[in-house]
Amino acid sequence: MKFAIALFSPPHAPSSRRALRFAQAAIAGGHQIVRLFFYQEGVHSASSNVVSPQDELDLTGEWRDFVHAQQLDGVVCIAAALRRGVLNEQEAQRYARAAANLEAPWELSGLGQLHEAAQLADRLICFGGP
Amino acid sequence: MSKSLLIISRQAPWSGPGAREALDIALAGGAFDLPIGMLFLDDGVFQLAPAQQPGALQQKDLSANLQALPLFGVESLYVSARSLQERGLHEQRLSLAVEPLDDAALTTLVARYDQVITL
Repeated sequence: MKFAIALFSPPHAPSSRRALRFAQAAIAGGHQIVRLFFYQEGVHSASSNVVSPQDELDLTGEWRDFVHAQQLDGVVCIAAALRRGVLNEQEAQRYARAAANLEAPWELSGLGQLHEAAQLADRLICFGGP
Repeated sequence: MSKSLLIISRQAPWSGPGAREALDIALAGGAFDLPIGMLFLDDGVFQLAPAQQPGALQQKDLSANLQALPLFGVESLYVSARSLQERGLHEQRLSLAVEPLDDAALTTLVARYDQVITL
C-alpha cells in the first residue's frame, strides 16, 4: 500500500514518535511511503538544531537517518517553517538570518506537495493536530 | 478522478496560526481544482463569528481570507450546529455562507470524503 504521512505536532509530542514508528513499520512491512509532509509544529522535527538529552529518544535524528536510509521524499512546508524559524541555507540567505537549521534530506516546499501526495497515496495518515 | 479531501478546522482564529494554516490547505487544494470540503467544528466555529476586530490583537483578519474559499472553488462549506449552539453563535449571523449540520449529518459527511485532515 502507498502511504502519505502528514505530521502536525512538535517533536516531543507522543504523536510525533508514533508517526516515526508508523513510517518505520510501513517500510518494514513492505509498503511504500510516497511522501512525508511536515506542517504546523511538525516542522520542528526536521530541524537540525534540536538537541535531545543523551538518555532520551533523539527523534529528529532518527527521522533524518530513516529518511536518508530509505531515500524518502521528506517535505517541510515552507510557510509553516519560515514562521517557526526552520530555514535552509537558501532561505537563511534570502531573509538575512545568521544560521540555517534545515539540511538534506529535508526539502522546503509548498502545500501543493501535500495535496499531490494525498492524490498519489492509497491512504493519507495524519499525526498530531488539535 | 481526484480524491476528495475534507478539512476539519477545529481551532479558534486567534489562538495561533492553526486556523489560518488549516484554511491554507483548503485554498491550496482549491487552486489545484481538487474536490475540497471544509467543516468548522468545536472552537473552529469562532472563525465564523461576525464583526471580529483582529486589529486589537495585532493580527490580520482571517474572515477576509475565509471569503476567498468560494473564489478558489471551495464551495462545500459546513459547520457543526452543535458547536455553534454550545458557543452561543447563530447560524443566520455568520461571516461566511456555510451549511449547518447536526451530529448525524456530520458522520455522513466525513464518510463521504476519501480523505480527512483535522487541524
